[in-house]
Parts: sequence; structure tokens; C-alpha cells
Amino acid sequence: MKYTRLVALSSAMLMSVASWTASAELVFPSLDYRTGPYAPNGIPFADGYHDYLTLLNERDGGIGGVPLRVLPCETGYNTEKGVECYESTKGEGSLVYQPLSTGITYQLIPKATADGIPVHSMGYGRTSAANGAVFSHIFNYPGTYWDAASIIVNYILGEEGGDLKDKSITLVYHNSAYGKEPIRTLEELSKKHGYNLTLLAVDHPGQEQKSQWLQIRRERPDYVLMWGWGVMNQVAIQEAANIRYPMDQFIGVWWSASENDVIPAGEGAHGYKAIAFHGVGDGFAVYDDLRKYVVDAGKAAGDGSNLGTVLYNRGMYAAMLAAEAALTAQGIHGVAQINSGQMRDGMEALKVDQARMTELGLENFGPEINVSCANHGGPGLGAIQQWDAGSQSWSLITGFSGADREVVDALIAEDSAAFAAENNITPRDCGA
Amino acid sequence: MFYRESGDFKTSYRGDQQMFPIFLDRWFVITVSAFAFLVVPFLINDYWEKSVLVPVMVWAMAALGLNLLTGYCGQLSLGTGGFMAVGAYASYKLTTSFPEMNMFIVILLSGGVTAFVGVLFGLPSLRIKGFYLAVATLAAQFFLVWLFNKVPWFYNYSGSGMITAPERFMFGIAISGPNSPPWATYLFCLVIVVVFALIAKNLTRGRVGRSWMAIRDMDIAAEIIGVPPLRTKLSAFAVSSFYIGVSGAMFFMIYLGAAEPTEAFGIDKSFLVLFMIIIGGLGSILGSFIGAAFMVLIPVLFKNIMVGGLGWPTDLVAHLILILIGGLIMFFLIVEPHGLAQLWRITKEKLRLWPFPH
Repeated sequence: MKYTRLVALSSAMLMSVASWTASAELVFPSLDYRTGPYAPNGIPFADGYHDYLTLLNERDGGIGGVPLRVLPCETGYNTEKGVECYESTKGEGSLVYQPLSTGITYQLIPKATADGIPVHSMGYGRTSAANGAVFSHIFNYPGTYWDAASIIVNYILGEEGGDLKDKSITLVYHNSAYGKEPIRTLEELSKKHGYNLTLLAVDHPGQEQKSQWLQIRRERPDYVLMWGWGVMNQVAIQEAANIRYPMDQFIGVWWSASENDVIPAGEGAHGYKAIAFHGVGDGFAVYDDLRKYVVDAGKAAGDGSNLGTVLYNRGMYAAMLAAEAALTAQGIHGVAQINSGQMRDGMEALKVDQARMTELGLENFGPEINVSCANHGGPGLGAIQQWDAGSQSWSLITGFSGADREVVDALIAEDSAAFAAENNITPRDCGA
Repeated sequence: MFYRESGDFKTSYRGDQQMFPIFLDRWFVITVSAFAFLVVPFLINDYWEKSVLVPVMVWAMAALGLNLLTGYCGQLSLGTGGFMAVGAYASYKLTTSFPEMNMFIVILLSGGVTAFVGVLFGLPSLRIKGFYLAVATLAAQFFLVWLFNKVPWFYNYSGSGMITAPERFMFGIAISGPNSPPWATYLFCLVIVVVFALIAKNLTRGRVGRSWMAIRDMDIAAEIIGVPPLRTKLSAFAVSSFYIGVSGAMFFMIYLGAAEPTEAFGIDKSFLVLFMIIIGGLGSILGSFIGAAFMVLIPVLFKNIMVGGLGWPTDLVAHLILILIGGLIMFFLIVEPHGLAQLWRITKEKLRLWPFPH
């Protein structure tokens, strides 16, 4: 007991020292992970997020004249550390949390709602949070896992000429809340389209997948889908290459679609496909500014080697959407120093059209965003990207298209109603 | 001079047999408890609750449980994570099936369910010992986590396989869920931990604890002098699993609020608790608390010093913490193989003689 007090006392003193620094600034906490088995994916995202906010500071002097402060906290993709990070940063005026982990998002959904701080789980987290009437503080625009699952199935439908009868699809998934998210949608869609669905779970951290791929080798499903993250992606793609599974029938979710995942498999990964909700590469005007103001000025969060990679783009996109939401919030409330409640209003009124994207140097980077009270899940559009091992680059091979709204919306309504009933939430009136 | 028993006369058996026979010891424990019950609830905030005090109490509870089994009865177990999962899922099923049920009863019943499961997995201990038993309990760890992943009934058929703690009230105050005030959850855990620490302390001083220690020190000799190995070992498994189940229920209901089996109750949790009791001190109630505090608070303390105080990069700090914790564990095990509780014991011995050691 004595040690407990000693340790607790000294950490309290440090905490109070750390929290004196708050002044006129907009605080964006970054619950990132640069260590552990998920670091290969966590680092580029964190770099992109941090660098874009640094760019706004350096080039524009912040948002609406208020400087930004990024508050990094290492979670290691671990929910307990995530909770600790949330508790230690929420008191510093944090505007929005982007934990980049479905597990941590699940932890934060009730806590952040109670604290009045919005969470933006961009393309991850709890899919039914798309129903803004129930999840007032949780946003997952521009798309959800269920959109992704449905868009992939739509793509397969297109490949197979519109008929999936007696086709077999296998889902290789991370055995966690994240990996299990698409199962329900894929099951619903299998009822509708008549394909056979096989589920193969891969346990954390995902380095051991021999038995799963042995089963795939034996059964030779027509398509393999993957919901993987971290080292699991690299191992799966390598294993698929080892058993010579046709790569163009192997389709990952947008989190299994970065350079770090395919490069280790070398030539074997050629033709691997994945869904994406934003553009690829560094051919956007914003990169000129990023290089000029951030990387060349020595202010990059990482070593600057990740610019233009898929996950760097996504982190930057997340930061861009957060900054736009903050700008919207400043406009709505007429104050520059917004708080988290006002930030929430800004996110709910967020509109990013192509003209604005062009203005930001991100012409045709992604679909238009139009968040509303009822729809926190955004447009739900995705495109299929494919890896070219020769030129070491991704390219979009389809345009952006939507999900099977009939199936997905019904599932969202069902799941969010269950959540509302479980937690005694009366859905807000969004005025339709 | 400050800390001695001379002059502290006992005139009754009752006085002689009390839990803390030394006057200063007694007052130290009473003062700390009074401080914890009467002062801390007024000072506590969210950060202290969620990052410091509640996790320490939850892990102390788990360490207590494992210490009863491993430290007192000598049965090595690597199933702690799995048993915590049993407690967590039992509390989830109970509270979602009977929303009106009192939270204390939910937590205690979850401990009861875990005790039953623990006895089942304790059965092999009658045949196998030491490392081989550790492997058998390892099977429990993997089986239980697999079970909670596999059978949707346990997570009420939720799409993602996550369990989420619903909001539950006691005396009109939320104990679980996001709106629970920090002092309420803190006091709730504190009551459970203090009561069960006292029970554990008394168990180990009585007939049951002595029979556990007899089995630990030499099971054949114990059997010859009339300690039944079956009942003794299984009672150790039952009591230990009860504690671990209660800890798992608090871990899920009070501390995390949402959990999935693979991550929250993985094998690393089993090792974490085992490290806690080894560092804190095997066969020591105080050691369970010190060990839990050490393993939970040192990383937080280092993080606050290096990131909050010195402003170092978070990834560098995360790696440094691993190195430093590993180094500290080795350091303490080399200078004091019997754990941190032994350091406290030695300090007490020294204090008794001070200032005239000879």
C-alpha cells in the first residue's frame, strides 16, 4: 500500500505539471501506435495525421487563426492503454478522438458520449454508429465496414456477370471486434445472392496462419476476402502467394491495403486487390505544400518516407476532415476557440464538395462528404484498388460506387436499435 | 524504537490471535483504510479512477486469487486470463438477464461461477504437479477464450463479439457505464477488495490456509499427517478462482466497460498476474497489492515522466518502458528473490531493533 501511494503521488505531481500548458489552441489528440505488431500500419497513419495538422499550423497559422496542438499518446493498439490515453488527454480540451482501433472505439463510444467529446472512427469502429440518431457523438464517415463488405460483393457480382449462385467466398478475419464486423453483412448478402460463405478466424497478432491457408488451398474458394490489420496482412498475402492463390481473387478491406502489407510478398503480391475510400499516390497538390512546409522544414512527425502511401494518405485525409469540421464549427458558433461540443456540431454539419477538395489541393481525392444528423456514416462509397508489384504502386481500377443500401441500412437500423435498447437511449429526432 | 512489540501486552487469546498483533501495524492498516475510504473519494477524478486506482484494485484482486493458489497452495496456474474471462462473461450474462440484480450480488455470483469452473480445471492437479500442471491450466486459458469467441450466446449474439457493460445503479448512483461518478466506482471496488483481502488474510491464518501451505511444502508429508489432498487442492482452486472471477467481473463491468475475449483476457494477462505475485511476493497478501501496483503503475509513471514531463517521443518511451520494466523486474528478483513484500518484512525486522541492532 505504501508503494502505491508513493507512486500515485509522484505521478499526480507530474500530471499537474503537464496540464498547465493549455492556452488558446485547438487540441487534436492522436491515439496512435508506433510500437507493437500493428506499428507498420499505425506509423504512416499517425504521420499523415500529424503532418497535415502541422501543415495547417505552418502555412495558415492554424484553423481560423487559432494554432493547433497535436497530443500524441501511444496505445500500442491495446484497449487498456487506449483508455489510459483517453483519460489522460480528455482534460486538455481535446476536440475529437480518432483511435484507429475498433476495440478502443468500442471502449470510447459510451465514455466519449457521456463526456460530450466526438469520436471519428473513419471507416472502422462500430458500423451502426452511422445512425446518428442513436450515436450522437460517434461518426464513421466516409464509409463503414458493412459498406465495404457490400461494395466488395457488388464488385465480385460484376466480375461474375451478376450471378454468385454456388460460388464460394472465404473471409479471413482478425479474431476481434474489428474482424467480426463484416460477418453479419456477408451472411445477409449470401442469403440474397446464394454464395457459400466460409469464415476463417486468425488470432491476434496474426503471425500464425498456416492452418487457415491450408484450408483455403484445399477448398480453393472462388474469392478470399480479408479483414486484417498489422502483421496479419503481410503474413496472409505471403501465405496466399505461397499457395499460389490467384491474387486478383483475393480482396482486402481498406485496412488490408497498404504498401507495407504487399511489399514483403514481392512479385507474389502482384494483382492483389483491396477496397479504398480515397485516392492513391502523391499526385495531389497538397503534397507540394506538405513537402515545402513540413518535411523540408524538418517538422515531419516521422522520417518523411511515408508520404503518398495509402495509410499516410488516410491519416492526412482524417486530419483534413477533422480540420474542415473544426472550420465548420467555428462558422456555426462564431467563435474561433471551439470546444468539443461545438466540434461535434461542426462534424455533423460537415460538407466537403469537390470544389472544396480542389481548393485544399486534394482534387478528386475522395467522394464528396455530406454528414447529417441522421447519417454519420457518410456517402459509403468505395472503389477497388489493385497492386502492381512491378511499379510498386496501387491504382484504382474502378470508380467509386455505393453499397447495397437495402441490406446495409436494415442491418444498421437493427443493430443501432439494439444498442439504444441496451443503453436506454431514446433516438434523437433528426427531423428526417 | 518506533516499531516493536515490547510493552504491547496481550492478556487474552483474542488479543493474541488478532490479525495485526503489533500496535503500529494495526494502526498503519487502519489509517490507510480510513484514508482510502474517507479522504480519497473526495479527491478522486476520472484519470485517477480509470488509470490508477481502479486498475490497481482489479489487478490486486486477481493477484490475491493467484497468490492463494500459487503462493499458498503451490499449484502453478497459467489460466488466470481465462478465469477472469469467466468472471467477466458471467457478470455480463447475469446482469443482462436480470437487470434488477444488485451489483454486489452479480459480482459475487460471477465469482461463484468462476469457482465452479476453476474446480473443474483444478481436477488434473490431483495427478500432475508443477510445470505439467501449468500446461494443463494453460489449456484452460486457451479453451475458455476460444469458447467465449465461439459461442454467440455468451455475448448475446452481438455482431462484433464484444460485450458491453450496461449501466447499473446502486442506491440511485451509477456503478457501471459511462456516467458513473469516479468516487462511486472507486468505493465499490474498494469495498470488495478490502473485504476480500481481509478474508484472504484470515483464510491463510486458519485451518484451510495451513492445509494449503502443508500441501505446498510437501504434499506427501501433508497427506500422511492427515491433510486430504483432494479437498485441499480443490478448495484452493475454488477460492482462487472465485477471487479471479470477481476481479474479472470488476475488470469488465467497472474498469473497461467493453471487452472482447482475445484481447482483454489473453495469455498475456495470465503472465501479468503471475509476474505480479512473483515480484510482489509469493505467499503474501501485502505482496499481491505491491505486485499489482508495481506492474500497473510503473508504466503509467514512466509514461507520465517521459512523455508528460520530458516531452520525449511516444514510441521511444513505449520501448524504453519495456526495457526499464524488464530491468527493474530482474533487479528486484536478484536483490530480493522473495519479492517486494520481503523487503517490507526486512524493513520491519530492522525497525524493531533500531537503533540498537545488537
